[in-house]
Amino acid sequence: MELLIFYPLALVSVILALFVVFNKSPIGSAVCLIGMMLGLAGVFILLQAHFLAILQIIVYAGAIMVLFMFVIMLLNLKDDDTKWKIRERNIFLSSATGVLIVGILYKIIDVTTDTKFDSPATVPDNFGTVEVVGTALFTDFVLPFEVASILLLAAMVGAVVLAKSKVD
Amino acid sequence: MVPLTHYLIFSAVLFSIGVLGVLIRRNAIVVFMCVEIMLNAVNVSLIAFDRYLNQHDGQIFSFMVMCVAAAEVSVGLAIVIALFRNKATVNLDEINLMKW
Amino acid sequence: MIAAPEIDLISLAPVLVLSVFTMLVMLIDLFVGKNKSVLVFVALTGLLLAAVSSFAKTDWPVSSFGGSYVVDHMSVFFTMIFCLSSGLAILLSVDYNKRENIRVGEYYSLIMFCTVGMIILASSTDLIMIFLGIEIVSLCLYVLAGIRRGDTRSNEAALKYFLLGAFATGFLLYGMTLLYGATGTTKLAGIAEALSHAEVLSQPILVMGVVLLIAGFGFKVASVPFHMWTPDVYQGAPTPVTAFMAVGPKAAAFAAFFRVFTTAMPELAPTWEVLLSIIAVTTMFVGNLGAIMQTNIKRLLAYSSISHAGYILIAIIAKGSLATSALLFYMLSYTFMTFGAFSIVILLGRAGKENLELEDYSGLGFKAPLLGLAMSVFLLSLGGLPPLAGFVAKFYIFQAALNEGYVILVVLAVLNSAISLYYYLKVIVFMYMKEPKGDFQISLTPITLIIIIIGLIGTVQLGLFPGPVISLAHP
Repeated sequence: MELLIFYPLALVSVILALFVVFNKSPIGSAVCLIGMMLGLAGVFILLQAHFLAILQIIVYAGAIMVLFMFVIMLLNLKDDDTKWKIRERNIFLSSATGVLIVGILYKIIDVTTDTKFDSPATVPDNFGTVEVVGTALFTDFVLPFEVASILLLAAMVGAVVLAKSKVD
Repeated sequence: MVPLTHYLIFSAVLFSIGVLGVLIRRNAIVVFMCVEIMLNAVNVSLIAFDRYLNQHDGQIFSFMVMCVAAAEVSVGLAIVIALFRNKATVNLDEINLMKW
Repeated sequence: MIAAPEIDLISLAPVLVLSVFTMLVMLIDLFVGKNKSVLVFVALTGLLLAAVSSFAKTDWPVSSFGGSYVVDHMSVFFTMIFCLSSGLAILLSVDYNKRENIRVGEYYSLIMFCTVGMIILASSTDLIMIFLGIEIVSLCLYVLAGIRRGDTRSNEAALKYFLLGAFATGFLLYGMTLLYGATGTTKLAGIAEALSHAEVLSQPILVMGVVLLIAGFGFKVASVPFHMWTPDVYQGAPTPVTAFMAVGPKAAAFAAFFRVFTTAMPELAPTWEVLLSIIAVTTMFVGNLGAIMQTNIKRLLAYSSISHAGYILIAIIAKGSLATSALLFYMLSYTFMTFGAFSIVILLGRAGKENLELEDYSGLGFKAPLLGLAMSVFLLSLGGLPPLAGFVAKFYIFQAALNEGYVILVVLAVLNSAISLYYYLKVIVFMYMKEPKGDFQISLTPITLIIIIIGLIGTVQLGLFPGPVISLAHP
């Protein structure tokens, strides 16, 4: 039963990810990326990570992608990418890239199918809820949580420094 | 029940698509979107491992990944805007004052 | 009710002090107007206090926050190096920023944010914390590299660094994920414990994880084949930021690299030793051979820093306590030499004309004999000539590697040291053997003089009397 939900979700996500890469217009890429993130949110729910699924939608598909959209429209990039081709100037590099990707993919799949994992643990009913993840966040992982605030502050200051229009 | 291997392969495929995008696209913003695909792929692995190990470490980790992604996006797009002001392009092939 | 977590603020003292001062710098910036020298003073005070407060815990090693943060001799020594390098970078920026018209006060707070990240990076024993630390450091560096917003080169450096850095973060993260999946924990001690069981050790995804981790860390320390960004970013970034990048963040990345590989994965050593040895050797060769071909002094120093990453990788391969102290000593002496060399590079520049080509150094030895002498000392020390700090540092790393039996690696490293002398001497030849092309307009300010003197004292002192520092670095 779960397989019936997983495969369509996975397939749609992979196809949308490919569209991100091969779309000619940046806006199209961004829309496909939002779709892929929504698909992944579905996968997260399937994995019983409800909190992360919601965050995926609110933070990733919502906030982050809106920022992308905003910048693409601000810079008015619609024509900038029409001449896009796989680097025809450097055939060696692109074929090497292809070989590398196929190689990495083959290796990863090979390795993951070899690995013996125990059958999934039976998890409690409240696995992945806001309560449980939040508790972990504020007890065992309180230090990363606080350090993340430094990271966000630094990023905020940095972004303002680079993007503000005039230095006094 | 979906076996863990399926999730890992799914994540590996997404990750490879992201890598592919970074390597072949020349538009800085799209390249950056492909990096986001890579980070998302990692999140899938993390949460799948979590479900199968019955732990919360991976979910916290992917929470932090989202946090870092948000920070990175804000800085990255600010850099793109700063560059765009001086040189109206985001094509990486045209950004070549210094030799690679 | 949830149980309150155990919080050990005293272990975190340097991070807390520095964070508070960083925010102070940002707040004061609002009120000082165009003259930013107050900020420099506050920033330096913060760094000094942070360095002092790292001794708040004395019964090393102290592990806190459920084993995700540790205060041991390595983290304290690294905290010293970070505070020193950030302090020197801030001092170096004072005149440079005036000359190049960089008037953003956030410049200083970003350097301090970066220092907070480096301290976290060097003291963390949890993959999540290491990831966050690396990201804090990288984000600040992306912004610092592009802080000259009107200069296209600076923008370009920032964009290249950012895109490649984010790409490398993906690999690092995937490696950490696979490591977590195979061992079931993110704590380094827990990983080491899990790996001592044979059935965990035989999992193939571990090898994949290790390879991806090496790629991710390899990028952050600029080792071959992940070094492509280094020359461009070093050239395009403002020179004080370049000097800072070459020392502090690199030392921090090495600290995390060392910790992850030697404390968490000693059981996997046969796998990563081979890989790291290959990377170390190619890094040294590519760095040194690349440097020979450069005509721009910043690019030359960038390639030289790549080759130094190769030498330092040998310390990771050697493992053991001797390797730890060799790593610490190397990073300290590298701080003095690099900042010394870059301070002279900055000194020769003028507003609008940075004088970065080797040609511009022609005849410096006659026109300004003392400066020429100082530059020669720094370059020869970077090349590893006795009796300077660079020699002792290299000697110490090679000794650590020889003790563990890596003879071929050491032979190749010594060979590379000899190659590297060629291009360092080339600069010196330009300074002493060529006719000066134009007049040097050197305005030696007290601050720059202080940096050069600190660099000289450090380089010579660590070269002639390394004993006390080595015993400090020894666990």
